[in-house]
Amino acid sequence: MKARSFASLLIAAALPLAGAPPARAAGPLNVIGTTEDLASLAHEVGGDKIKVESMARGYQDPHFVEAKPSFVLKLNKADLLIAVGRELEIGWLPPLINQARNAKLQPGGAGYLDASQSAHILEIPTGQITRAMGDVHPAGNPHYWLEPGNGRLIAQAIQKKLSELDPADAAYFASRYADFDGRLAAAEKRWDAAMAPYKGAKIVTYHRSWPNFAERFGLNVIGYVEPKPGIPPSPSHTLDLIQEMKRQGVKIILVEPYFDLKTPNSVARETGAQVVVLAPSVGAEKEIVDYFKLFDYDVDKLVAAFKAAGVR
Amino acid sequence: MRICHRYRRLLLLVVLLSSGGLAWAQVTPAPSPSPEPTPSPSPEPSPSPSPEPEAPPPPPPVEVPPGAGGAGGPSGPLPVYGPASSKVFNPDVAVIGDFLGAMGSNDSNRATPSLELHEAEATFQAIVDPYARADFFLTFSNDEVGVEEGFITFTSLPANFLVKVGKMRGSFGKVNQMHNHVMPWTDRPLVTQNLVGNEEGISDAGISVSRLFPNSFLFLEATAEVYRGEMPGLFAAPDREDVTFVGRLRGYRDLSESTNLDFGGSYAHGTNEDGAGFHTSLVGADLTFRWRPLRRAIYKRLLVRSEVVWSDRDLAKFGPPRPDDGRRHDGRGTEAHAFGGYVSTDYQFARRWFAGFRLDHSERADDPSLVDKGGSLLLTFWPSEFSQIRGQYRHTSYGEGIKADEFLFQFLFSIGAHGAHTF
Repeated sequence: MKARSFASLLIAAALPLAGAPPARAAGPLNVIGTTEDLASLAHEVGGDKIKVESMARGYQDPHFVEAKPSFVLKLNKADLLIAVGRELEIGWLPPLINQARNAKLQPGGAGYLDASQSAHILEIPTGQITRAMGDVHPAGNPHYWLEPGNGRLIAQAIQKKLSELDPADAAYFASRYADFDGRLAAAEKRWDAAMAPYKGAKIVTYHRSWPNFAERFGLNVIGYVEPKPGIPPSPSHTLDLIQEMKRQGVKIILVEPYFDLKTPNSVARETGAQVVVLAPSVGAEKEIVDYFKLFDYDVDKLVAAFKAAGVR
Repeated sequence: MRICHRYRRLLLLVVLLSSGGLAWAQVTPAPSPSPEPTPSPSPEPSPSPSPEPEAPPPPPPVEVPPGAGGAGGPSGPLPVYGPASSKVFNPDVAVIGDFLGAMGSNDSNRATPSLELHEAEATFQAIVDPYARADFFLTFSNDEVGVEEGFITFTSLPANFLVKVGKMRGSFGKVNQMHNHVMPWTDRPLVTQNLVGNEEGISDAGISVSRLFPNSFLFLEATAEVYRGEMPGLFAAPDREDVTFVGRLRGYRDLSESTNLDFGGSYAHGTNEDGAGFHTSLVGADLTFRWRPLRRAIYKRLLVRSEVVWSDRDLAKFGPPRPDDGRRHDGRGTEAHAFGGYVSTDYQFARRWFAGFRLDHSERADDPSLVDKGGSLLLTFWPSEFSQIRGQYRHTSYGEGIKADEFLFQFLFSIGAHGAHTF
């Protein structure tokens, strides 16, 4: 028994040792964004000095991403992980980081950036919160990237972090950021102008994904298809919503591409409103290849819907 | 002299009170302004400290002069320990209830009670330091309290290693690593019951070393574990040398963005309950196929899984071996070769609904001529992410000829912040 056991022990110990430890290759920094939005902003700043990938796809509900082992492989070789934070990824990112065998990405490590730290966060609950309120985020609404001002703040934080990790290219990152900042300012003027006629327009959204977007463009969200965040529509809530939309004359229902359209469509039939499937993230549609295209797409689609609905 | 002594006592009292008072202020939570006698701790994850009403303004930070406190010591403001920060460092705490009910007949010795709180699992999870995290899972079932798992994970090791030390469920196959509340069934498959130590399974104090072999073709992970070897029904460790070894090789590959294949081979070897010189070896293989379309990930998914296990057990207490019963005489006792496995599917057909089935087949580890067979149909409803209601119709045909038809039902409910599970 003993000889056999110790032989097995030796084999067992040697098994994981086989194979050489990977050395960090010189060259571009490996950057992983948990979402395509963060990957796009990282690319704006990092240019060809970084290799950037994302985990969740833009047409996927970022709350419910599967913690697939293939993501472990991506994280294993990453120099920087950029997360949305505010517990958006709490259901899938922590086990991936634990298994990544990458000290840089562990909480507090140099290669972990929580993009929400510098952003303008809305809906931070005050007072006692319980799960009777649905799937509330105790640290505030995590859909903050849907506001160009926050995009700028995230890019700034990425620029700072990349310069820390790769000080030799700090000037390059600074100039890329300045260029992005200028292009974003120009685009913001365009988006603000397009949305200006609809300031104060009342809308309904499926999930609470749009508070930053709505605040920026002056939209008035009067209700949600979900009775509570993360809780699927119930008949009684849907009836209440229909009544309220009729009373207030709401003509637009915004839906994320990963939700079923059955309830929104039936609400629309009852109220004469339009269902507009907006893109919550870069990559939600083929043509949304970067952070600028995200707002181009959403603003164009929303303006067209407002016009069609005869809102001002 | 007497006065002097009294002053000294007074001085001592003042010093004690002031220091004690300070210490008290540092460790006790701020009194709750609510008149409720039991202020419940926030069930939400700790990183968001709830605003402390009436929190005293923090004292001005005390600067540590650079270079003080020894080489490499901290510099800058000293940390201020108070009620708020003590709460921030609390581990994430959750409690998961697993309530089971059973109807119908089962005359075997495996019948479960009509109604029971099968298990209450309390979890405590937190980062230990920059190099490690710790997870504790305490279980309370009927009259027993136990540590289901309690281990430290070293997450920052070089060369793609991950080391866990503590009490753990062994990396043998899939079901053995699962806690009750993450299984898609109310019970464990017959192969687990017969060959892999039932609910406790391969689980003990031990050390686990695993290494990732990064490559562009597939996720490949090798794990080697050594356990004390005291696992009722499976392994025993009368001597220190009688440790149990577990090894696993796991592969995973995305077939497309919505489908993937997960496969592994496992091995376990240790001294069994018949005493020194009597061993049990287990070999397992598992295969899982998953489908989850990303655009409809919250509404639709499919998981098909199969696990098979071969058991090879030295037994002292057999009667004379028969030539055709799978046992052979090796001069020391007899050895029993048993095989078992299951095939199961779990299909999500609506946002809150899952349906599935499981087919079971397993010989008994100590008497392979007895074969248990079973089939189950399952339906699960998720009111939310934090509760599940499950019904399982189960037909079992036990090796002794006993047949059982049962309806099992389960309520699972979770409060607090329970960390996400590995895939």
